[in-house]
Amino acid sequence: MTALLSIRNLHATVEGTPILNGIDLDVNPGEVHAIMGPNGSGKSTLAQVLAGHDAYEVTQGEILFNGENLLEMEVEERAWAGLFLAFQYPVEIPGVSNIQFLKTAVNNQRKARGESELDAVSFMKMAKECAKQVDLSPDFLKRGVNEGFSGGEKKRNELMQMLLLKPRLGVLDETDSGLDIDALKVVADGVNSLRAENRSFIVVTHYQRLLNHIVPDVVHVLSGGKIVKTGDKSLALQLEEYGYGEFGIDEQAAG
Amino acid sequence: MANSNKPEDLIRNEYEHGFVTDIEADTFEPGLDEEVITRLSQIKGEPDWMLEWRLQAYRKFLTMTEPDWANVSFPPIDLNSISYYSAPKKDSDKPQSLDEVDPELLRTYEKLGIPLHEREALAGVAGATPNPNVAVDAVFDSVSVATTFKEKLNDAGVIFCPISEAVHKHPELVKKYLGTVVPQGDNYFAALNSAVFSDGSFVYIPKGVRCPLELSTYFRINAANTGQFERTLIIADDASHVSYLEGCTAPMRDENQLHAAVVELVALDDAEIKYSTVQNWYPGDKNGKGGIYNFVTKRGKCEGRNSKISWTQVETGSAVTWKYPSCVLKGDNSVGEFYSVALTNNYQQADTGTKMIHMGRNTRSTIIAKGISAGRSNQSYRGLVRFGPGAQGARNFTQCDSLLIGDQCGAHTFPYIESKNQSATLEHEATTSKVSDEQMLLCRQRGIDPEQAVSMIVNGFCKEVFKELPMEFAVEAGKLLEVSLEGAVG
Repeated sequence: MTALLSIRNLHATVEGTPILNGIDLDVNPGEVHAIMGPNGSGKSTLAQVLAGHDAYEVTQGEILFNGENLLEMEVEERAWAGLFLAFQYPVEIPGVSNIQFLKTAVNNQRKARGESELDAVSFMKMAKECAKQVDLSPDFLKRGVNEGFSGGEKKRNELMQMLLLKPRLGVLDETDSGLDIDALKVVADGVNSLRAENRSFIVVTHYQRLLNHIVPDVVHVLSGGKIVKTGDKSLALQLEEYGYGEFGIDEQAAG
Repeated sequence: MANSNKPEDLIRNEYEHGFVTDIEADTFEPGLDEEVITRLSQIKGEPDWMLEWRLQAYRKFLTMTEPDWANVSFPPIDLNSISYYSAPKKDSDKPQSLDEVDPELLRTYEKLGIPLHEREALAGVAGATPNPNVAVDAVFDSVSVATTFKEKLNDAGVIFCPISEAVHKHPELVKKYLGTVVPQGDNYFAALNSAVFSDGSFVYIPKGVRCPLELSTYFRINAANTGQFERTLIIADDASHVSYLEGCTAPMRDENQLHAAVVELVALDDAEIKYSTVQNWYPGDKNGKGGIYNFVTKRGKCEGRNSKISWTQVETGSAVTWKYPSCVLKGDNSVGEFYSVALTNNYQQADTGTKMIHMGRNTRSTIIAKGISAGRSNQSYRGLVRFGPGAQGARNFTQCDSLLIGDQCGAHTFPYIESKNQSATLEHEATTSKVSDEQMLLCRQRGIDPEQAVSMIVNGFCKEVFKELPMEFAVEAGKLLEVSLEGAVG
């Protein structure tokens, strides 16, 4: 099988400090990969590098997405190719309504793929359905993007966007942090509803509990900017039980 | 990562309206003295009292010096290098009929992107127009060349005409109100305007009349080296209502052009005036060369009780702007409003804001000012709220927000508060924010083109002001911001 995402020897720095020190990772279509690791191990950096955040400089290595060189693509081109990042800390865009933002996003993507733009009525219908699926009232569509949203509402808003945009690869950057168990379940249900043969996910998380609901095919442990261990879903349970220390990973040293 | 999509890199707009229309103009030699003013007055066939008023203003002007307190800098202006009269030659004798409109001028409007219905209104001599709710009084250089919808306004008793015409036809109204809001010697540029004003609009809404049309005037600067000294006077008599729209744009040129307009509004008992501006004068090129100097005095007087004056403006043009549309709240329970979006880019400088002078009891004012600075531009909000001794129970709310795009621009706030009445209350809120990399990343990660992302974020920031604009203008204003931030978006 050809991997949807193929990362080879990826090194990245932020302001000259090395964060990723040689990542190798293959994600096949339909797979869910969990990336775990202590704070500062480089989990979020990996997610941001995939999205194309320009604060991170890739110094070595390559990333192929659907056979194309991801690192040569602009941020929006990656989105058009089907890469979605659910942000750890979604920002507010005051005065821009969620619905306007989403419609612009959906239609930009459709246009980039040579599809016709959606009319207002069918878009609204679709957006309302997605909002309902993540348990957000339709009022949230009219409010400014993340403006005055609680932490949990912001995360659910991210998920709603993913449901609307139906990416090839969904990257969830600690989407579970700060969520109570009910919200966690809503997020997991949303992701599970999108699981499909041709769609993959990378779930970045600090805790195992999300993985009870989104059952991963592969679990990776990241430490010091490298994948130090790879296993199946049982690896996450072992980590939860014994802690990172058992795997020779010093949680304190991570920075 | 080789990303050239930071917001500041997107702000590279070339002025779309840069062209010069080739119309023969009847233009004075540059220079200013009493003889020039007398000739100007004679050409316009003005009565003696008008000439005398101009000369009085000129004598006051001679005793004044150019103000230097604004937070802007520019080379000194040589007033003797400016020509004080210019008129399209073909129609120099009071052009009234649309038949006579120079085809070149109509093409100019087309290039300026004036909405189609307004172009047709200008060109449609037969009177047919798809939008009968906008009356257009076009000012091209110094003489009004087209006035439409006269009849509909006449039926309502509304007077809407060039001020040069009002001087002849309605001298009693002009004499009674001209200079009562902005006196001849109010400030250096207002005094200059009073002496040499070329033309402008005059509006009178009679008692109890709700003006049946939105009144719209387009000011365009055309002939090279011609200063523009527009003078507008709007009077809303008891319990009347009027909404006036003003939009501006100018051809590209290298020399700086001085524009010193005066706008006076008078609202009598229970009257309401809404004055909306979209200003898009040539701001200079991206290196700061050229552009309009815009030194405007706009002031409204809520003379009567329960009267209301509302200024809404979207300012994206001019190299240097110096402008404070103000309200004098004299009548008890009168209301003043100021809603403003000012966008500066490249090397533009703007020192703008408002004054709310509370004199009457229970007077109320609201100020919402949104400033967007990009490129190397520099922008200041300067606002005065004054409560006089008689302003019992008066209230003001001020909100002043700045948005920075990139890290080479500046935003400054200078609020002045003076209170001589203990019972007055004032609230002031101010914020400064940036179009952040994170906002851009979120938009782009969702597949939104970076130019469209900047435009969307900026439009969101201005939402509170845009909703105050009349429909036609709200659309135009949104577009104008896009154009000012970069060329074609969406």
